[in-house]
Order: sequence, then C-alpha cells, then structure tokens
Amino acid sequence: MPVMYDSIINEHKAVRESSGVFDISHMGQLFVSGGNAATWLEGLLTNEVATLEPGNAHYTFLLNEAGGVIDDLILYRLAEEHFLLVVNASCIGQDVEWLGKHLEKGITLENESSEWAGLAVQGPRTPEIYTTITEGRTLPSRNGIDNLKHEGERLLICRTGYTGEDGFELFCPAKMASHWWKALLDEGVKPCGLGARDSLRLEMCYPLNGSDLSPVRTPLEAGLGFFVALDKGNFVGSKVLKKQKKEGVSERLMALQLNERAAPPRPGYPVLDQEGTALSVLTSGGFSPNLGEGIALAYLPVDKVQMGTPVFIEVRGKKISAKVVEKPFYRK
Amino acid sequence: MTVPADLNYTRAHEWVRLQGDIATIGITDHAQEELSDVVFVELPDLGDIEKASPVAVVESVKAASDIYAPISGEIIEVNIDLVADPAKINSDPYDTGWIFKIRVSSPDQINGLMDAASYTGMVS
Repeated sequence: MPVMYDSIINEHKAVRESSGVFDISHMGQLFVSGGNAATWLEGLLTNEVATLEPGNAHYTFLLNEAGGVIDDLILYRLAEEHFLLVVNASCIGQDVEWLGKHLEKGITLENESSEWAGLAVQGPRTPEIYTTITEGRTLPSRNGIDNLKHEGERLLICRTGYTGEDGFELFCPAKMASHWWKALLDEGVKPCGLGARDSLRLEMCYPLNGSDLSPVRTPLEAGLGFFVALDKGNFVGSKVLKKQKKEGVSERLMALQLNERAAPPRPGYPVLDQEGTALSVLTSGGFSPNLGEGIALAYLPVDKVQMGTPVFIEVRGKKISAKVVEKPFYRK
Repeated sequence: MTVPADLNYTRAHEWVRLQGDIATIGITDHAQEELSDVVFVELPDLGDIEKASPVAVVESVKAASDIYAPISGEIIEVNIDLVADPAKINSDPYDTGWIFKIRVSSPDQINGLMDAASYTGMVS
C-alpha cells in the first residue's frame, strides 16, 4: 500500500463522507482448527473466545508472559472449532513462532498469509456498494462474517474496519484481488493509502501495533481493557494484568490535542509538563483532517491524565501548548 | 508537473526567481505533489543566511521537509499569508505560494543553480 494515491486529506474525506478502499493484502491470515481449538485459543488471547458465536469476529490481543502486546488482531470464528486470526503484517513471523511454541496435540495451525489478498472498504456508502458488487447481498451485521464463494474461489467478508466508519474487510485468494479492486473502483470507491489509514485510525484513537502497542505495554495501560476478559480464567499474561487491574497502572495512553495552530505532532516528539520536564514521547501523532488540528497519543503518568491537563509537545526545540482530551478525537 | 522556464532550481526542489538582487524562493510543483496537503509552514527568521543552511520547514500531512537557503544573503521578507493558508504551496507553488525573499550577497550565485531543463531532467 502506498502512503497516498493523490492526497491524504482527500482520501481521508472520501472514507468519512463516501467510500474508500485500502489494499490490506500485507496482513497475515493464520488458520487454527482442531477438536479443542477454542479452548486452546482461550488460553492465548485476551478476549473471551467462548462467547464468540460462529460467524462472528472480535478484536483481541496476543500477549507475552509479562502482559505486553505481541500483536493485536481480529479473531474470526468460522465454525465451532475453526478460526482465522487476521494479524499485523510485521508480526506474522513472531505470531507463528509464539503460537507454534504453545501448540498442543490436535491443534492445526496454518499460515496462509502469502495466499490471501485483502481489501478494506470503508465509509458510509459502503453497504450499498457491497450490495452492488455482490449482486444483491446485504452486509452481515457488525462483526459478522460472510463465508462465500465467488467464481469458485473463497471470499471472506467481515463487517469490521480500522477507520471508525461502517464498512467491511474482504479476503480472497491473491489472484482474485484485481477483480474486486476493479469492481470497487467502478462503483466510485476511492483508492486510499497508508497515510489516510493512519489519520483515520488516529482520529478514532485506534492503536497502531509497534507504536502505541508494544511488548512492554499492556492493553490496560493502552486503555483497551474492554477487549480483555480477566474473569474468563487464565491466559498468557493474565496474571500480570490482574495485578495491574487491582493495583492500578502507573501510565496510561492518552489523547492529546494542540491548543494552537502549529506543526503537526509526529511520533517520537517529546511530551513535557508545565515545568518543562520530559514526561514521555508521542507514540502516534499527526494532522487531523476532520478537526483541522494536530492530534497525538502518548503514555502519561496517571497524575497527568485528567481531562484538560496542560502539556507541551516539543517540535524542533519549540514548546507547543497541548492538552489531554477525551478519546476518540472524532465523533460523528 | 510544471517547471517554469524563467526560474532556477536546486537539487532540494526549491525554485528561485532573481529580480535585481532580490531572490524569491519557494518549492517546486513536483515537490508539492510529492508532499501533498501542506498544513503548516515554519517561516524563516529575518537576517543573514548562508547558502545550504536550513531556514524553514514545510509540514504536510505526510511529512516534515526542511527548506534550505539556495543562495547566501539576507532574508528580508517571509510570506505571512502562508500562516493562515499554507495550502497555497499546493495550489499555487510558483506565485502566491512563495516562502521567503533573500537580498543576495552576489547575484552571480544564480549560476550555481539548475535551469528548468536540468531540473526537469533530474525529476523525470
């Protein structure tokens, strides 16, 4: 996926106002099956597998023993004991290694990442476009999966996304990708790149693995406890998370908005307190096309997480005034 | 991509329009296309400047880009309109999207810059 096709702002707005498509073929597809696949995944993932109905998907985390994030992923329950993990491209290797290390008898793990292409189609016009390109089908409900065939080839649809807009993610064999890409463009869907994908997800405060999430940060510190079922029984990392839940975290991932028109905040820029003491660095940052202002995410000590807490973001030696704001930045 | 024939160019994708001993400087159409969506410009401070020193920063949604002085001299004016409307750099890079003006220490410095044909050759 290129950073942009013509303009990050135009691509961003197409998704917010109409429909855009991202080529997400780089993402990984790991299939898990076997007699006790659900129980096995329950011990490795944070969200509760038992309550995930076949034909549905949910967001979840793969953690290390310290409760740090190895990967964030979408778990598809295709059938009772048949699952698809859609994982971050940069994590495929380590995910496979980690799952392989924990593999149990009777579980089959297949990495089909190189065989599948993926398209994320996002925006308010997307449901009607889906109906047009599938000749009359209706999108499944939110997080629902359609497991289809098209011209004899597999086609997986799930009503999920990474933009805050309605839409779906489509996975098909690599050779079918251009067919679907063209069908979408024929319906006026705008091709969108990595830049718009980042600005859209950042406005929603969706985390980016490797930046906002890392092996030394837990989902609780990232403010994503909603996707962690601490009451479901033990899973890798749960011990640390339970302790953290009880004792409280020392730092939390917070949303920051600039108080002035200034250079867009970018990942790695220092965050300072009122006295000019360094607190941390931005894990994400950029210009928000919908707000017309700079927005960012950073881990802050819990005494600095009250809404409205004033901070500075340092841009090339200059202190830019900013404040802690509610997540997400963008609301419909 | 537009490359006006009457301007001079640098390898860092700046254009220079020399009128008498005043050089007006901006970024090329090719540069603005590559950057896209300019949302902020950090304008230079007025005063003496050496050729090749970083003087300004053009920030697009995509990236921050340093702008270098293509010529030595004194920065005498900056384009204040870019504060309110930085996207002029995208819509009108060679005219209202100019960034700063230098009173050049010696006009023959212009000979060290590329002409339109060389610049076109470099970027195509």
